[in-house]
Amino acid sequence: MNLAAEVHQASGVAGAAWLLLVLPAAGAAVLLLGGRRTDKWGHLLGSATVIAAFVYGVLLFFDTTGQGTEDRLRDLHLFDWIPVNALDVEFGLRLDPLSVTFVLLITGVGSLIHIYSIGYMSHELRDRRRFFAYLNLFVAAMLLLVLGNSFVTLYFGWEGVGLASYLLIGWYQGKDFAATAAKKAFLMNRVGDVGLALAIFLMFKNIGSTQYDVVFDKIGQQSTGVIVAIGVLLLLGACGKSGQFPLQAWLPDAMAGPTPVSALIHAATMVTAGVYLIARSSPLYSLAQAGDARLVVMIIGAITLLLGCIIGCAYDDFKKVLAYSTVSQIGYMILAVGLGPAGYALGILHLLTHGFFKAGLFLGAGSVMHGMNDEGDIRRLGGLARKMPITFITWTLGYLALIGFPFLSGYFSKDAIIEAALAEGGTRGWIFGGIALLGAGLTAFYMTRLLILVFLGKPRWENLKSADGRSYHPHESGPTMTIPMIILAVGSVAAGGVLSGMLPEWLEPAVGKLQEEHGPLSATVVSVLTVVISALGAGIAFLLFGRGEQPVTRPQRVSFPVRAARADLYGNHLNEALISRPGVWLTRFLVFVDNRGVDGLVNGIAAGLGGSSGRLRRLQTGFVRSYALSMLGGSILVIAALLMVRFA
Amino acid sequence: MTTSGAHSWLLAALLLVPLLGAVVVTALRGNDHTAKLAALAFSVAEFVLAIVSWVNFQPGGDRLQQGFSLTWIPSFGVHISFAVDGIALVMIAVIGLLVPLVIGAGWVDKLPEGRTKGGFFALILLEQALTVGVFAATDVFLFYVLFEIMLIPMYFLIGSYGGARRQYAAVKFFLYSFLGGLIMLASVIGCYSMAVDELGAGTFDWAKLVQVVHDAPLSTQIWLFFGFFIAFAVKAPLVPLHTWLPDATAEAPIGVAVLLVGILDKVGTFGFLRYLLPMFPDASKELAPLVLVLAVAGVVYGSLLATGQRDMKRFLAYVSIAHFGFIALGIFSFSSQSLTGSVTYMVNHSIATGMLILVVGMVIARGGGSTRVADYGGMAKLTPLLGGVLLIAGLSTLSLPGTNSFVSEFLVLIGSFPNAPVYTTIATVGMIFAALYVLWLYQRIMQGPLRGDALLPGVPSAETPGTDGSGAVLTAQAATGTKKIVDLDTREKLVLAPLILLVVGLGLYPKPVLDTVTPTVDATMCQAALVDPVQPAERQVQCR
Repeated sequence: MNLAAEVHQASGVAGAAWLLLVLPAAGAAVLLLGGRRTDKWGHLLGSATVIAAFVYGVLLFFDTTGQGTEDRLRDLHLFDWIPVNALDVEFGLRLDPLSVTFVLLITGVGSLIHIYSIGYMSHELRDRRRFFAYLNLFVAAMLLLVLGNSFVTLYFGWEGVGLASYLLIGWYQGKDFAATAAKKAFLMNRVGDVGLALAIFLMFKNIGSTQYDVVFDKIGQQSTGVIVAIGVLLLLGACGKSGQFPLQAWLPDAMAGPTPVSALIHAATMVTAGVYLIARSSPLYSLAQAGDARLVVMIIGAITLLLGCIIGCAYDDFKKVLAYSTVSQIGYMILAVGLGPAGYALGILHLLTHGFFKAGLFLGAGSVMHGMNDEGDIRRLGGLARKMPITFITWTLGYLALIGFPFLSGYFSKDAIIEAALAEGGTRGWIFGGIALLGAGLTAFYMTRLLILVFLGKPRWENLKSADGRSYHPHESGPTMTIPMIILAVGSVAAGGVLSGMLPEWLEPAVGKLQEEHGPLSATVVSVLTVVISALGAGIAFLLFGRGEQPVTRPQRVSFPVRAARADLYGNHLNEALISRPGVWLTRFLVFVDNRGVDGLVNGIAAGLGGSSGRLRRLQTGFVRSYALSMLGGSILVIAALLMVRFA
Repeated sequence: MTTSGAHSWLLAALLLVPLLGAVVVTALRGNDHTAKLAALAFSVAEFVLAIVSWVNFQPGGDRLQQGFSLTWIPSFGVHISFAVDGIALVMIAVIGLLVPLVIGAGWVDKLPEGRTKGGFFALILLEQALTVGVFAATDVFLFYVLFEIMLIPMYFLIGSYGGARRQYAAVKFFLYSFLGGLIMLASVIGCYSMAVDELGAGTFDWAKLVQVVHDAPLSTQIWLFFGFFIAFAVKAPLVPLHTWLPDATAEAPIGVAVLLVGILDKVGTFGFLRYLLPMFPDASKELAPLVLVLAVAGVVYGSLLATGQRDMKRFLAYVSIAHFGFIALGIFSFSSQSLTGSVTYMVNHSIATGMLILVVGMVIARGGGSTRVADYGGMAKLTPLLGGVLLIAGLSTLSLPGTNSFVSEFLVLIGSFPNAPVYTTIATVGMIFAALYVLWLYQRIMQGPLRGDALLPGVPSAETPGTDGSGAVLTAQAATGTKKIVDLDTREKLVLAPLILLVVGLGLYPKPVLDTVTPTVDATMCQAALVDPVQPAERQVQCR
């Protein structure tokens, strides 16, 4: 199967695709360089550039659908970026159904979140401009990530979004925990980036290029070892950016950033970059020789989706539960794209529907916290449905979409993944399908718990005060915040049904034809099973949390599994014990050695050399050599003089 | 005097202008203000000359251009001859860029008792003239002489204008470099005597010596190689010959630290390229594993040590040691990508680390001269712009794509990988360390609640940061307290603006530098009979 179909040069509307990068980047540049002068209108400029990019994205979408299916793979060469002999890294764009889909997601959700942020950041007028500059920077980098036509431009965007994420997680940089969370995110991402970088080096060594067209054209001729190595290294990159096991621990900490950031970057777009990377590399993963690499991808996805669910059940922090939910849902996507041709389109489908409902859920969380003095502990919330009706309704729609309520978005995308996993066949199919099913039940459980503790039941906040000593006066948010939430809620309801029919065909030029395998269970059985298991999860949550009083502080006397889940299943402890602490000890030891040992040793050698050259002098004869040695003598005099100056 | 190629006046002017500047500024040193203006004028003129020289350089033309030659010691065939190739050219341009910025950055710095600004800037200009000479020398003896003389102004710059332990640091710096140089002298003379045997008459002309030496038996090459290598490895500096650098950097005034790390150290890696590879190709190949081990050790060791430093200036030295590891890795991995990467790295490291040092200097100046990291914390609240530029310099230091340093680090790594996959993989892991030490420094100085003796006397920086919300209160104290800490002023902005422009500009469009450097790299590879591991699809690189 030759997936690397012919690539055409872009012209016409598509010829202006560089606007997608330049618009938000220019917005960021103006806001950062303009300083205080742009305070008054900075947020408007920031939003306008992203909306303009979205409008162009829509035009580009229609331009692409206007092409014949054969002509939908297009490259736009901009300039030679890093050309050195055989290596020619081009700065160019790949315009195809996959990248255009992402452009719409990024600029669409990006626009909504920019608008939402105008209201959300109104408490921080002094710095709002800088916030919008960082958001714009993120949009520009994310667009470069999905639009670049080589692995190096992808890497550029990849680290660029890492920077934007770092800046925004550390937004409250006067707080140590925010600064630490930001640094942690950047570092764990860098671990993944090393994998991506090494994959790129392997491509250059074996294929001689890093451009998509050449790499995908020639990857099939490589040895199995090279293909699997590249596949696994790319996955390592994906794990870092997408918060997959074992690099998941940064994502919950990333919730230290303002909530719109969590919605845009750490739920809807950036963290799905790993899924994009694997779907983009589908010509590699689809190869028969890449079977082992795909298996690793599936295993990582399955582990992560379970891990995310389990930890999500135990947290009491509104945003952190949603963060682990994101970890887990991306696990579904990774599992899907790991299935190969049977799953790329499904992974992207789930990515898009998830983009809608998870962004909506986060914005809802932000709306709650905005009205509740930034209180994020769900044990201190409760009964907010009546105080914030729009937030409650939109949030509930997102919730239903996520747990896969029939005919809402998640129902189409998640069921399809579970079905495809089962269809993998044999023991493998049962294991992955079973895990995906179990995950659906757990998801319904923790999400229902969240719904009950935040919006239903008795208001537990009435007699409490927030950390800064104020009492709570919950109120519904303003229209710049509720309108984006309503739009996302509509998407959460409808996107799955609309997209599931047409997306696979639309993506075909980029990721190949969706291969529908038939598993041991029919589609209807899988659907019913999923709904039943989800209902079971939700029901248990109702039984546990829906009745009676809930304590305002988290119970401490709990069983081991709960304690483990509260401690992130000891992921951080493991990192600490295996990497951090030995690293600190090693560093301290080396600093000691460097100050004492190496210096002493080298000084000793230098002294020794000085002595032996003295002996050498007597052995050497000849004019030139004695000339040299007389200079040595002279230089020793110079040194002696210098020493005397020093001690004088 | 014989000239080779057009525009040799340019190179002569590049050598003479800073020299003349040094003389004039010395003469004017009685009046601080005039002396400073004169120094700035000469350094800017030098920069303009360097740009003109670059514009007139033809990358596809002769290997050495704009050259001229005078006889010096006829009986030994020693000439005063200078010319530039693509590598020397970009280094001279970087020197031309940094010196005016260093002068601007040191405009109001306090000097030790009894020293004048004029004397200080005159020494800097003298150092500039000598380093231009080192990069442009095409007579090996002349190179050696300049290589050693270059130490003298630096010795005084550190020893007379530096910090408390400046004398110790200066002597240590001098001894290391000077002894390294002496070992090189032995090799230079060895090469000369080979020329005597082979040609009947001795010569120190670089191009002729290359012809004479590069076919020598391996054992001879190895001996001669070591002579040069040790001198260059001390300069570069490679682990374990690096211990002079942290002391020298810590004691040197900020501007001098920029010149030391940004320019003087590059002479070492420049020497690898100009002397080791073309003159001793077989030895270079034979000993490449040794150099690669030292290079990768430098990357890891320098990075780890950087994370463990408590002093900002020592931190900067260890960061540079890690970076020099990358440069050496690229040079001894023998591909045109890795070599071009190393040369670009030399340029970009001067820009990025130069900027980092200058910004750290501005932090230190605001903290009353304290270089202890623990004396600072939460500073971005008081000086957001300074925080921003520290972050930009840091991001370039950790080679974020979009900054200049990414291009060079990427080229070094991708070019080294085909020939040295294991070493390259280890060095690639160094990327994580780079993020660690840069963000660690940024967090300690700029983020968190305001704290630290240098900013808020009496509020020590917590070793284990707490999460108190007392920052706002402390800000108010600092604003009304005894100390007034202000953000960047116009002079500082002017110093940093060109660097920021280059960090971003060369990150997005490095082609002008690559196109200048690559032909020289190709020629170097041909001299050393090296072939790219990954060949271009259609065209074969021709030896010139």
